[in-house]
Amino acid sequence: MSTDIHPTDTHPTDTVTHDEHETHAAHEVSDKQYILIALFLAVLTAMEVAVTEISGVPEALLIPSLLIMMAIKFFVVVSYFMHLKHDAAIFKFGFYIGLGGAVVLYAAMLATFHFFIG
Amino acid sequence: MSDTTIEPPQTVEPQSAPSHDGGHGHSDAGHQSTTGISNTKLAMWLFLGSECLLFGGLISTYMLYRNRQGDAIGPDQLWDIPFTSATSFVLLMSSLTMVLAVSAAKRKEERNTRLWLTVTALLGGLFLAGQVYEFTVFYREGLGYTTSLFSSSFYTLTGFHGVHVAVGIIMLMSLVGMLAKGRIVSDKAETVEMVGLYWHFVDVVWIVIFTLVYLIPA
Repeated sequence: MSTDIHPTDTHPTDTVTHDEHETHAAHEVSDKQYILIALFLAVLTAMEVAVTEISGVPEALLIPSLLIMMAIKFFVVVSYFMHLKHDAAIFKFGFYIGLGGAVVLYAAMLATFHFFIG
Repeated sequence: MSDTTIEPPQTVEPQSAPSHDGGHGHSDAGHQSTTGISNTKLAMWLFLGSECLLFGGLISTYMLYRNRQGDAIGPDQLWDIPFTSATSFVLLMSSLTMVLAVSAAKRKEERNTRLWLTVTALLGGLFLAGQVYEFTVFYREGLGYTTSLFSSSFYTLTGFHGVHVAVGIIMLMSLVGMLAKGRIVSDKAETVEMVGLYWHFVDVVWIVIFTLVYLIPA
């Protein structure tokens, strides 16, 4: 890890970025682990469909369970396939600000129309 | 006056500099930036954040209008869940092949990188073919774009997603061609990773659409 360090090229951010490199190297996911993660996602998708196809599941149980499984799939892909879990904090900030904005937008729109329509 | 000589500051060479990009150890020609992280990667994450807002608006619109079909055909009469589940599975597996391409690129295995990128594009094409088939079936059953508020919001949301998949396929195939011809002079692994981020984003948007549009009953 230290072979690319130029001792004379000191820069305030160098230490941070090399720490990031080392952190990332420590969290490097192998191809086998990627396949296991994909299998987990496939199983979750199958469970989502199964829950929907089972008749008689009350809506109060069905909708939250579907939303939870959706959220798990979403964050697994973003965290592991997109490597956001072990990436620089500024990337997380950029993405989650957008995601948070989208959720607020969704909630505001639904609330607004609910108030107008009654 | 002091006779101490001041050493001129060390300058950082723009291209031959070591990997200090925060782009995680795969830099051939690291990008120097004042933040110490890759500007390309930062720009891509900000772009994806803004895309969340676009799809947030489209999903919100659909959720508002999903029951506004009047006397026209509605979602319960249209959805073919087993078929859409199969296409969703295809798109999910394309995320796996994409991450394997990024992994191969980081190991500098160019042949495997191109192979996995091509497989990803093929899976994306299969998903898109499924979507075109689905749209054709819906249209034949009487669901036109202007049939109802439900149909307009549905076609706009899933159509926008389909366009994103199509753009992703073009990016993947262009990348395969550029890698084959050696046209990428900068950090190849980072370039593959950027296309990968876009592709995974298209997948996570579909994860949300699949649940909210197809699985949650209207």
